[in-house]
Amino acid sequence: MIFAETLVKKYGGTAVVDNVTASIAQGKMTTFIGPNGAGKSTLLSMVSRLLSRDGGSVSIDGTPMEHVEDKELAKRLSILKQSNEMSVRLSVRDLVSFGRFPYTRGRLTDEDEQIIDDAVAYVELQEIENKFLDELSGGQRQRAFIAMILAQDTDYILLDEPLNNLDMRHSVQIMKVLRSLVDDLGKTVVLVIHDINFASCYSDYIVAMKYGKVEMEGRTWDVIHPEHLKKIYDMDFQVQEVNNQKICVYFS
Amino acid sequence: MGVKQKIVILFIMMLLLITAFLTIGADGNWEYVLQRRGRMVAAFILTGAAITYATIVFQTITGNRILTPNIIGLDSLYMLLQTFIVFTFGSLSVVMVRAELNFLLSTILMVGFSFLFYRLLFKGESYHLYLLLLIGFVFGTFFSSLTTFMQVLIDPNEFQTVQNRMFASFQRVQTDLLYVAGAGFILLTAIGMRSRRMLDVLALGRSHAVNLGLDYQRLVRHLLILVTILISLATALVGPIMFLGLLTANVTYEFMRTHEHRWLLPAGMLVGINTLLTGQIIVEHVFTFETTLSVIINFIGGVYFLWLLLRKEKHR
Repeated sequence: MIFAETLVKKYGGTAVVDNVTASIAQGKMTTFIGPNGAGKSTLLSMVSRLLSRDGGSVSIDGTPMEHVEDKELAKRLSILKQSNEMSVRLSVRDLVSFGRFPYTRGRLTDEDEQIIDDAVAYVELQEIENKFLDELSGGQRQRAFIAMILAQDTDYILLDEPLNNLDMRHSVQIMKVLRSLVDDLGKTVVLVIHDINFASCYSDYIVAMKYGKVEMEGRTWDVIHPEHLKKIYDMDFQVQEVNNQKICVYFS
Repeated sequence: MGVKQKIVILFIMMLLLITAFLTIGADGNWEYVLQRRGRMVAAFILTGAAITYATIVFQTITGNRILTPNIIGLDSLYMLLQTFIVFTFGSLSVVMVRAELNFLLSTILMVGFSFLFYRLLFKGESYHLYLLLLIGFVFGTFFSSLTTFMQVLIDPNEFQTVQNRMFASFQRVQTDLLYVAGAGFILLTAIGMRSRRMLDVLALGRSHAVNLGLDYQRLVRHLLILVTILISLATALVGPIMFLGLLTANVTYEFMRTHEHRWLLPAGMLVGINTLLTGQIIVEHVFTFETTLSVIINFIGGVYFLWLLLRKEKHR
């Protein structure tokens, strides 16, 4: 379990994340939702040590994060941010191979190659695994990065807007992959997503944030409710059940 | 062509260039010529390799292929020291005349300055790499202004001495300094090579590097110190060469077409050495000493720099 206690992040006196306490249930998919600027990505960055904290603590499986060695942590927790510009020219396979770095420090064994093959196949990029990232479409590139995270094979997988740049088919594909990681392999997946319906259809728990605070958290079924959503987003929602899933309609 | 073959090609090129440089127009006076030119070859190997190596590492850390370690103002500091010595003690003072003393003083000052600089900036838990570079750049400008100020006041004859120091010179290099710088260089590159795989990861950018378990702050700090010492050694040995690293590092990326530093770094060193040797051969036999090596390198490097900028603009 990941437990974040009274986390604070301030930029120039304003708290972007303001005393947030949240726990991430093991073996479940938890999604952070909320309007732009609510502090979701900042929170995720602090939990994954990408960003320093101005207050509070984070623990992983009961151990304070700072007591876990960087190398060890990289085998237990992975994070993918939303923008992934880089100056080097890499092929898809090169990129995915980096996922094995925490285990191999750069020297790949046959077993690693197998894991890399599997990760590439999971996101259906086998045919273009030798293409360079700058030759790919936004969606293909996004899937390549997700494959790298898959190859990293961590218990906790944190993804900041993984559906960015993806069309509907690939969004569904990625969400199914993530869902199967939870259901079949017992991984814990934490997401920041803007599409409320993907959150509703796939996640186990939802944490809704607003103005740097947790507005509401709970089981997906309970949070997805017109009144709650109105409070979170300040707009009207219709929620309808389709095939036992709650679908939010908010387009007009 | 594989990366290994490319390195072999670069290596053979280096051997050919060295042979050409040592023998063309030697006129039978072998002992003198070989000794004098051999010393220069050693200086080319040291500076070409050190500057290119440092530049590749620096560009990987910063994730930017048009930056060079010069941005933190080491060249300017070197010039400031040289000008200051001539300004206060005169061109015949012991530090100006005795090369080993000058080398020692320059190295200590440059390394000392950057340690102080890093110490101040790395104190906090977090820092921004670009802020650090910007502050270094401001320091560099400050040093240059002081230098210009003193050069304006200086006696014109004394200024000649300062001017000689403004451009790299390989003829002046002394044998015992080569040993010292050489030992330092081998030690530093060996330490740097141990991080070659971590450099591959660093090239992905900070968030990926942290995600993959690197102690980012520590690693970057260590590598920056390594880069600084290498550049300081090279500058103290021959003087400032502005565009060499930029030119050779980018040629290395284009030629090697790999992201792996275990190939990039050795190839870069060879490219650096070959560039200097080629340049010097051109200076001696095409221009018959009418220009200097650093003018040629800075000219080609400067043009290449513009081309890199324009090409980047077009890609957008």
